[in-house]
Amino acid sequence: MDTTVANTGTEGKTWGGGNEPLKASYGKMMMWFFIVSDALTFSGFLAAYGFSRFKFIGSWPIADEVFTHVPFFHGNYPMIYVAFMTFILIMSSVTMVLAVDAGHHMKKNKVIWYMFLTIIGGLIFVGSQAWEWGTFIKGDYGAVQTKGGNILQLVDNEGHRVAIGDIAIDAHGERVQHERKNGLWFVDEGTLPAYTVDEVYNGLVANPNVLIRTQEINAEGHKTVLTREESLQQLKNNGKLVVEGANLHVNEYGTSLFADFFFFITGFHGFHVFSGVVINIIIFFNVILGTYERRGSYEMVEKVGLYWHFVDLVWVFVFTFFYLV
Amino acid sequence: MSAHADTHAHDDHGHHHKETFVTKYIFSQDHKMIAKQYLITGTIMGVIGVLMSIMFRMQIAWPEQPNVLFEALLGKWAPEGVMDADIYLALVTIHGTIMVFFVLTAGLSGTFSNLLIPLQIGARDMASGFLNMVSYWLFFLSSVVMIISLFVEAGPAAAGWTIYPPLSALPMAQGGSGAGMTLWLVSMAIFIASSLLGSLNYIVTVINLRTKGMSMTRLPLTIWAFFVTAIIGVVSFPVLLSAALLLIMDRSFGTSFFLSDIFIQGEVLHYQGGSPVLFEHLFWFLGHPEVYIVLLPALGITSEIIATNSRKPIFGYRAMVMSILAIAFLSTIVWGHHMFISGMNPFLGSVFTFTTLLIAIPSAVKAFNYITTLWKGNLQMNPAMLFSIGLVSTFITGGLTGIILGDSALDINVHDTYFVVAHFHLVMGISALYGMFAGIYHWFPKMFGRMLNKNLGYLHFWVTAICAYGVFFPMHFIGMAGLPRRYYTNSNFPLFDDTANANVVITVFAIVGGIFQLVFLWNFFSSMFFGKKTVQNPWRSNTLEWTAPVKHIHGNWEGEIPHVHRWAYDYSKPGHDDDYVPQNIPLKDGEEELQH
Repeated sequence: MDTTVANTGTEGKTWGGGNEPLKASYGKMMMWFFIVSDALTFSGFLAAYGFSRFKFIGSWPIADEVFTHVPFFHGNYPMIYVAFMTFILIMSSVTMVLAVDAGHHMKKNKVIWYMFLTIIGGLIFVGSQAWEWGTFIKGDYGAVQTKGGNILQLVDNEGHRVAIGDIAIDAHGERVQHERKNGLWFVDEGTLPAYTVDEVYNGLVANPNVLIRTQEINAEGHKTVLTREESLQQLKNNGKLVVEGANLHVNEYGTSLFADFFFFITGFHGFHVFSGVVINIIIFFNVILGTYERRGSYEMVEKVGLYWHFVDLVWVFVFTFFYLV
Repeated sequence: MSAHADTHAHDDHGHHHKETFVTKYIFSQDHKMIAKQYLITGTIMGVIGVLMSIMFRMQIAWPEQPNVLFEALLGKWAPEGVMDADIYLALVTIHGTIMVFFVLTAGLSGTFSNLLIPLQIGARDMASGFLNMVSYWLFFLSSVVMIISLFVEAGPAAAGWTIYPPLSALPMAQGGSGAGMTLWLVSMAIFIASSLLGSLNYIVTVINLRTKGMSMTRLPLTIWAFFVTAIIGVVSFPVLLSAALLLIMDRSFGTSFFLSDIFIQGEVLHYQGGSPVLFEHLFWFLGHPEVYIVLLPALGITSEIIATNSRKPIFGYRAMVMSILAIAFLSTIVWGHHMFISGMNPFLGSVFTFTTLLIAIPSAVKAFNYITTLWKGNLQMNPAMLFSIGLVSTFITGGLTGIILGDSALDINVHDTYFVVAHFHLVMGISALYGMFAGIYHWFPKMFGRMLNKNLGYLHFWVTAICAYGVFFPMHFIGMAGLPRRYYTNSNFPLFDDTANANVVITVFAIVGGIFQLVFLWNFFSSMFFGKKTVQNPWRSNTLEWTAPVKHIHGNWEGEIPHVHRWAYDYSKPGHDDDYVPQNIPLKDGEEELQH
């Protein structure tokens, strides 16, 4: 069949085939569409988070009161550490840009150096997140969960938080603390907290300057503090369980969904960062071995760079929705 | 073939590896073989899905009657031949899952996107043959996991194919909520990965690998449909993944995303604060686009077949493309119409009503364009054409009831009744199935180099068409009478006694229709080996796949890839001897390219 030789008169007007109309190789374009897809997965999670948060808009934990710790420092430094983590991650994006740029100029040693910095940045971020999780799981002041699932925290009459452990008075109960070593923990309650509600109640009675703060946010944007009578009443009638720290079931900072979403979304993001670091390490060694030098193109570095920037961008959203607003 | 092309033949595909049985038939990276693998796997899943529907239809028609078929196939789930209620729910669930995902998504899109995208755009293969192979084998794996879930001791997933929590979230909620549901979720997670890899390949292949002259406005409508379908898949499946991952967290790690304040057998569970409505939102954000993932490839196939067999250019090519794009866009903002009675804000309900009814516009554009393409055409009534016209018919019938269901005020009355079942089976189930059959009858010669038997095809079509309407037409009436879907038996409610006879009629049609699919299977598998050998272009069609040799070669064309000089629908063009002008034929002197 005579197919191709004749002049069609349409040259220049029609698409010429194999030309990469979007100026991207198929591999790079696949990465872009993969990113679209992954972005939608994260959107699903963040939309679910927004949905749930609006359901509890009047009692959602205030991030400034939750994330207050910095390693090696005592005291109240809200948001400082997460700002550091974010800065590191964004800087690792900058070094990634420099690596890609060096790749365009075929400067192998510069690519190696900037890839190395990117990997270090990613590792610091993942490590920081592990620390952040650890701090969140361990908890701060402790709280009492009510029968309805709400959280009661303790404050003194100047509004400073008071730790459960500081006021609890031994109620001479007979219960042994469930720990893994005495084999009771798995029966039906999980590990029992160090204090009982009765002990906290005794402590509250003995400390006239301590009040109960509920998780409801009042008109000024603060958590509602009860009067002395209300506090005693509330703890006696509704207190069910002392909660220290946060996990997937309970959360001393407020509604348990906060902790559920925090662990899940930062975990899913952290998994992405971790995968990114692993991929970066593979590419890093390929660069050292000269694979791309021989191939004549550092496009692989560019592709993992796209992924890395995407993961950073997702963090900006996660950071905004969990920490800032 | 010009001499010029011959000299370059070996440059273009000089990479002839030695092909072994394994690389050719099992771990093949050739898109044509992968298409066949998808088709065969999808067919096997389809047989299972149809068999299930026949079984639960028998239970509805003759409730709690002993039956040898149940005894033979369901074993312990049919003590003394009477179907157990739990397995009834499981059969409904797995039937839906298999038909929607495994047959009409992977079986349809996987088969024809793989077969036609490289052949019709003039490419040697998919952009990444390796990822294409991985995509198929992930699909195969997810099919195997889904089938394994049928043999779990406590029963397969039984929460409906929509797996709403809490039924799906609490392992103790019902028999199928335990290991059965876990396997369901595992299978779907693998399926999503497979679908993602497939879609990425389809998209970049269409963008980057079109042959010279194949501009987007010259693409056959099949390719437009597959391309947009892949984009919808990339956008909507990941949200199902979000929902599935959150559900897994609820099931296995005690979070409360979709659960709140639940008592089971007097025991308070620790869950608090979550919302099952959240799951419905996430699920239907996939679930509705999924309808178009199923339907659009069928519509694309129909466009191609109707134009070819009417020997006329497709009417309104540009309008067809625009309506595909409009449907794709609208499909992502209508999911709330599945949730009108879920307790969603009624104001939102009216917004979703508005966006839903908007979809009627591009859908009607397509239906009218099919009819106007048929108008005064030189109709070639082969089985592929019959199934395509059948699709137009069921698409209209099912689409009209969609207008009723899309309106929140009307939907509330028939929500979760057989009216809904009739609607979606006609508009997406049967329509997409007809599209798939049409595609198989049309491209069987391209796939296997042999023709299907025409007379068996006619028999298959007419019995299927009569039975499909016989099953789903009466369902509208019993649905309007209020008969709820998914009920194990209706005999406990005197209110529904009047529907009992209609249910028997429906079941008889279902059984006959199901049995006659054996005609198709016989035709398919016997023609594969003993069918009449095909000529290169049996339907005298314009698209590029018919310029490739009948015998499959890796790289599709010997020598140079054909260049494209015209759109795909130059049928019965004045000034040409034949009533078709393939896309690779250059314009004659002074010939105008049809502006579409």
